[in-house]
Amino acid sequence: MAHGSLYMLGAYIAYSCASKVGGVAGFWGGLLASAAAVALAGALIEVLLLRRIYHVAELFQLLATFAVVLVLSDAVAAVWGVEDLLGPRAPGLRGSVEILGHNFPQYDLFLVVLGPAVLAGLHLLLTRTRWGTLVRAATQDRDMVAALGVDQAKLFTAVFALGGALAGLGGALETPRQPANLGMDLSALGDAFVVVVVGGMGSIPGAYIAALLIAEIKAICIGLGTQSIAGFAFNFSKLTLVAEFIVMAIVLIARPYGLLGRAQAMPRHTAAIENPIEPASRGLRLFALAVLIALACLPFLSRSPYTVVLGTDVLIAVLFAASLHFIAGPGGMHSFGHAAYFGLGCYGAGLLLKLAGLPMAGAIAAAPLVAAAGAALFGWFAVRLSGVYLAMLTLAFAQIVWAVVFQWEALTGGSNGVLGIWPSAPFNHEWTYYLLVLALSVAGVLLMRRMLFAPFGYAMRAGRDSPLRAEATGIAVLKVHWIAFIIAGTVCGLAGALFAFAKGGISPETIHVARSIDGLVMVLLGGIHELAGPLVGAPVFILLQDSVMRATPYWRGVLGVVILLLVLVFPMGIAGTVGGWLRRWAR
Amino acid sequence: MSALLEVRDLRKSFGGVTALDDVSFTLGEGEFLALIGPNGAGKSTCFNLVNGQLPADGGEILLGGRSILGLGPREIWRRGVGRTFQVAAIWGSLTVCENVQMALLSHAGQVLRFWRAARERYRDEALALLGDVGMHAQADRPARELAYGDVKRVELAIALANSPRLLLMDEPTAGMAPRERNELISLTRRLVRERGISVLFTEHSMDVVFAHADRIIVLARGRLIAQGDAAAIQADPKVQETYFGSGRMLARGRA
Repeated sequence: MAHGSLYMLGAYIAYSCASKVGGVAGFWGGLLASAAAVALAGALIEVLLLRRIYHVAELFQLLATFAVVLVLSDAVAAVWGVEDLLGPRAPGLRGSVEILGHNFPQYDLFLVVLGPAVLAGLHLLLTRTRWGTLVRAATQDRDMVAALGVDQAKLFTAVFALGGALAGLGGALETPRQPANLGMDLSALGDAFVVVVVGGMGSIPGAYIAALLIAEIKAICIGLGTQSIAGFAFNFSKLTLVAEFIVMAIVLIARPYGLLGRAQAMPRHTAAIENPIEPASRGLRLFALAVLIALACLPFLSRSPYTVVLGTDVLIAVLFAASLHFIAGPGGMHSFGHAAYFGLGCYGAGLLLKLAGLPMAGAIAAAPLVAAAGAALFGWFAVRLSGVYLAMLTLAFAQIVWAVVFQWEALTGGSNGVLGIWPSAPFNHEWTYYLLVLALSVAGVLLMRRMLFAPFGYAMRAGRDSPLRAEATGIAVLKVHWIAFIIAGTVCGLAGALFAFAKGGISPETIHVARSIDGLVMVLLGGIHELAGPLVGAPVFILLQDSVMRATPYWRGVLGVVILLLVLVFPMGIAGTVGGWLRRWAR
Repeated sequence: MSALLEVRDLRKSFGGVTALDDVSFTLGEGEFLALIGPNGAGKSTCFNLVNGQLPADGGEILLGGRSILGLGPREIWRRGVGRTFQVAAIWGSLTVCENVQMALLSHAGQVLRFWRAARERYRDEALALLGDVGMHAQADRPARELAYGDVKRVELAIALANSPRLLLMDEPTAGMAPRERNELISLTRRLVRERGISVLFTEHSMDVVFAHADRIIVLARGRLIAQGDAAAIQADPKVQETYFGSGRMLARGRA
């Protein structure tokens, strides 16, 4: 996960070397320097952080590396500023070569040769050396390799250093062609995930073939330009992102584990650490009712419109987090791209209102269906995978939705979004809209809770605890999880639609990967193993965000630190910890 | 005794390795049939083919005269085949009783119900099944807290929930202490006899096999080498060779 950041770091370091030192030494020396510096950074991340969390759940490991992304991103912004920085061209390779009547920059040809050379070197290193054999063995069974007397801690540090060096080199090599910018980390990450998913996990040749395939298809799309097919004009160059998705979809339908990947090994040990769910006790029901009454009275108690607006944000976040928890907790599907459905709901509502001319009620009712359609499409692929693979795929899907929205300016307004999406009477006051959001989010949360207590929810958890046993007991696990995915997407779409009207406009930011991560942090902050987790986590998160953002511009960095604390010190979350106390007290 | 399960010329290979080579056998109504053989003989493969977990390369599998070849685990379960696993699998985050209720709900075709709470549905039936396997007292404990022997009992109750005609048990006593083993097998025998269920089970523990099985079939290197009752199997020279070696290994050269 942090790999995109290392890539970005490489680009920035190379830029500094090339522009400060200058000349041949500055550029080529900068390549080596950034590879070395980023290798060191990779090793440090492994030693200081990852080594401490190898024993915790995969979801936490992924999130912790994401925290590194956030911290590094703010660190880079603090050191280099937020402007795009274009490096000088490579000394000695400034010219171009004519091939078949076209001019090709020498530097690009150099990259064409370097790519396969690095691939070959890596392949030889992993398959032909003792070190490579140990690495491959350790990725399969770390404990076994350790039992054979190999210092696997050093081994993994070395692997991270090597991975860091390559990421740094990659970033550095890009500087003459593309400016170094703060969006590099996530765009590189999205691309890398698509490539890894298509190529097959753990297959370096697979990743190379996938990268080549996707790049070729994009090139063909751009080359075709605008063509007329059956009387319609298609602009193929705008289809590059969709093409990427279609390639991924076709590959995954034909080969669910990627081009050269193998079936995922069943997790050796999938201990459920969750307690059985119980209906709310009388005390809890009364407490919930009291909270609800207090929330309903909020607009009448507080004179400040700011409080009501913040309250609306909290309620939307609760609905968003609860829908993510629905699939991530009881469903066991740790989606890293839940923002996709939020964004689909948001844009669905905005565009239905603005372009289709639907009234507000119609837009809010129809937007969740847009999100449901997206969830049905993406979920069909996602439920077939698990763990890291699922996380990568969901994130890649969300990145594709984001990129489509960003680039399809004619429809979505591109980076400007669409403005003027305001609720109509009687909801055109902050407090009336707040009450509408309250009613809808409470309804959404209760509906999902009801489903979790119904046979469907039990089947979801059964399919998560032991898919093998569930299938051998007649439960269609994939179907159950797919339906759960669609339900979560629908509810998330409602949250997105409410968000659009609350903000008065839509922008690509609503689909940004940061929102997916925010959702996961809300769920974990509350406690992923508690039904009440998202209900506690989302408000705490929003209130924290609100107060930190007023104090410092580096909210993302602070969030990264919060995630690290959660993972390292507080993995049960707030509701989980309190729930534990209550259970012990009740005994 | 008419045949409930009939396996004909079943074949399966993995890459170049032939795991099952034209294996044929039958299982009668109400029969308690043991499938034994040394490690790598093809027992688990045979099981996974009958259960639908793996596709067969060739041959035929008939359940009550109808082919079940090519069906998945879910469809085969719907036709009345229960299954327990070598490493017992139950649902850890449900209570013991909810585990059995889930199986009963699935049997009743009520998995896709989104509204009425599951908690009280089929609870009495589930408690009755738990009573049969001696787990009634622990019905409301979280399943993940159970000792392994108890997990095996709950798994048996789950497997019985769809009133199967055939029960497939892959090493039902693996990982258990000797006394627990005999208790579990005696319990299983009693329950299936009462219900008229046929059982096909694999087992490494020979005392369990010889004491309880009605009939025994022996696999070695993917081939069926012997079948018969306990006495016949113990006296069979091919079985003895497979298990104890013939003492002619070196004379034959390296295979």
